[in-house]
Amino acid sequence: MRSLTQVSIWSKYNHVSEWPPALRFRAGMGLLGVLVVASVVLASGVGAVHVPAREIAGMLLNRTGLFHLSQSWPQSDETIIFRIRLPRVLAAAIVGAALSVAGVLFQGLLRNPLADPYVIGTSGGAAFGASLGAVLFSHFSILGFGAIPALAFLGAMGTMALVFRFSRVGGRTPVITLLLVGFAVSVVLGYTVSFLLIVNERFELNTRVIYAWLLGGIWIEHWSQLGLIALLVAAGTAGALMLPRGLNALALGEESAQHLGIRVERQKTVVILVGSLLTAAAVSAGGLIGFVGLIVPHFLRLLFGPDHVRLLPLAALGGAAFLVTADMLARVVMPPNELPVGILTAFVGGPAFLLLLRRTNREYRF
Amino acid sequence: MAILSVSKVSFGYDGQVVLTDITLDIGAGDRVAILGPNGAGKTTLLRLLCGSRSPSKGSVFLNGRRVNTVPRPELARKIAVVTQDLTVPFAFTAREIVELGRTPHLGLLRGFRSEDRRAVDQAMQLTDTTGLSDRIVHELSGGERQRVVIAMALAQQPEILLLDEPTHLLDIARQAEILDLITELNLKRGLTVVAAIHDLNLAGRYFNRLLLLHGGAVLAEGPPATVLRAEIVEEAYGGPVELVPTGDGRPAIVLPASRVRDRAKAL
Repeated sequence: MRSLTQVSIWSKYNHVSEWPPALRFRAGMGLLGVLVVASVVLASGVGAVHVPAREIAGMLLNRTGLFHLSQSWPQSDETIIFRIRLPRVLAAAIVGAALSVAGVLFQGLLRNPLADPYVIGTSGGAAFGASLGAVLFSHFSILGFGAIPALAFLGAMGTMALVFRFSRVGGRTPVITLLLVGFAVSVVLGYTVSFLLIVNERFELNTRVIYAWLLGGIWIEHWSQLGLIALLVAAGTAGALMLPRGLNALALGEESAQHLGIRVERQKTVVILVGSLLTAAAVSAGGLIGFVGLIVPHFLRLLFGPDHVRLLPLAALGGAAFLVTADMLARVVMPPNELPVGILTAFVGGPAFLLLLRRTNREYRF
Repeated sequence: MAILSVSKVSFGYDGQVVLTDITLDIGAGDRVAILGPNGAGKTTLLRLLCGSRSPSKGSVFLNGRRVNTVPRPELARKIAVVTQDLTVPFAFTAREIVELGRTPHLGLLRGFRSEDRRAVDQAMQLTDTTGLSDRIVHELSGGERQRVVIAMALAQQPEILLLDEPTHLLDIARQAEILDLITELNLKRGLTVVAAIHDLNLAGRYFNRLLLLHGGAVLAEGPPATVLRAEIVEEAYGGPVELVPTGDGRPAIVLPASRVRDRAKAL
């Protein structure tokens, strides 16, 4: 008998529910991989100038150097795709993957279904950094980044260090203390941002900049910016993919994890570091995009089970496909205006998750 | 030679002394029950034995090595611990839980291999949990869940199995089932078993060596017949007991001697 959750979700596709978990995982990875590529191609096509998916596929295949298709599209289309659209679409994919993997890490570490990438206060720190950037250093720039993303990154990492330091008790980091310290620091920083927004008028700066940043949106414009974010997220994801067995053991509680040979405190420290690096990289490129890091991991757990060995790679692909799609919708639903993508992730992700939750005919355990 | 040896160990939490000057040798293949009233230090002694706490005085040795100096993964390949109540917030299946028992054998570059699968299969067969493989763990009954947790411990392929109240909250038939399983593992596979247990009669029936703690010290130690004597039990638990002989050579049954019944007679 298959587990109840999985039976009820896959009930319409009973043969799928009978697949062994390893096969289902491979099928899931394949499907999500295709979804990522398809959403990237599709999202690159939409905008003020429509570029058909067939043309984009042709351009991409030619760029690999393995294909030499004859160019049936205007050069301007190629410029639009490679100069403007692709960096942004790929940034959405990277930010989505980072948030979703960080969500899995923090939910596993804290054994708490409400945990998300921002749970230990990184969002407050990032928001504070970004606001400071907007208020004080509006003309500053480093490595192709303005003050807002740079300070958002530093704010997130700095807050993580502060929260971690405050939560240490006699060589240990109790997770409840971590949660509470994170919450308190986040609230203080959040209201500091509100304060900055109010006094901001005295500097005659546009509060819309900060407000839009708080709602989330992909602001990557150049390949160089994308490269740096991609590097950080790749390092973080590679780190995360080394942690699944420890996270599985931690699911049984810290004492049981220790009995299984896990060096619990070291494991927790690494999870916090890797999770915060991913979150900080994501917020510096995308602001405070909510919901992705919460919903995507839960969604995948309902479909594939809670084993972190499978969940982490699935979350990377799932988060990428989800945010690319949400970002595309954010650009097209209210032309010529662009909606903050955070609104879209909530509008799209929320109902989808509720529907899925309704279909599991049992109390939800994640 | 002792596989686990406790030498003059004292331990306290935040200045409150829990155990004082405990010395104890556990031989390979022993089946030991740790008894004692609430707060006597049973669980603490188990924690010291598995190295999850360090003694404030004295040492615990595993095969002659100080247990706290043995690296965690190596320790987990030698000693498996079945804790009192395992709560899993995630929807892991029974098999996934048993597979976690392989954690100390895996590494960054060493994934799940066929030998791990064999160890999991075998642990599930021994505990008769193969049929539960795809069930979600928190949807199992208490007895089924306890067998799954023991299967996880067996998948570690340990030399020593430590159990904290393995029959806690189980009905009488499930208690016998779990203790039969533990006894069989001990007799047939030579697994060393140390269990903290509340029920004196279960301890007397299933374990060949009892250790009775009282006020953080060892009050009595030895085979059931020497430990389960009225005056010793009364001293440890601070209340009158009555011993009912079984007549078949097995340890006498310990019952609380009710004062109310005598009074009822008088009325």
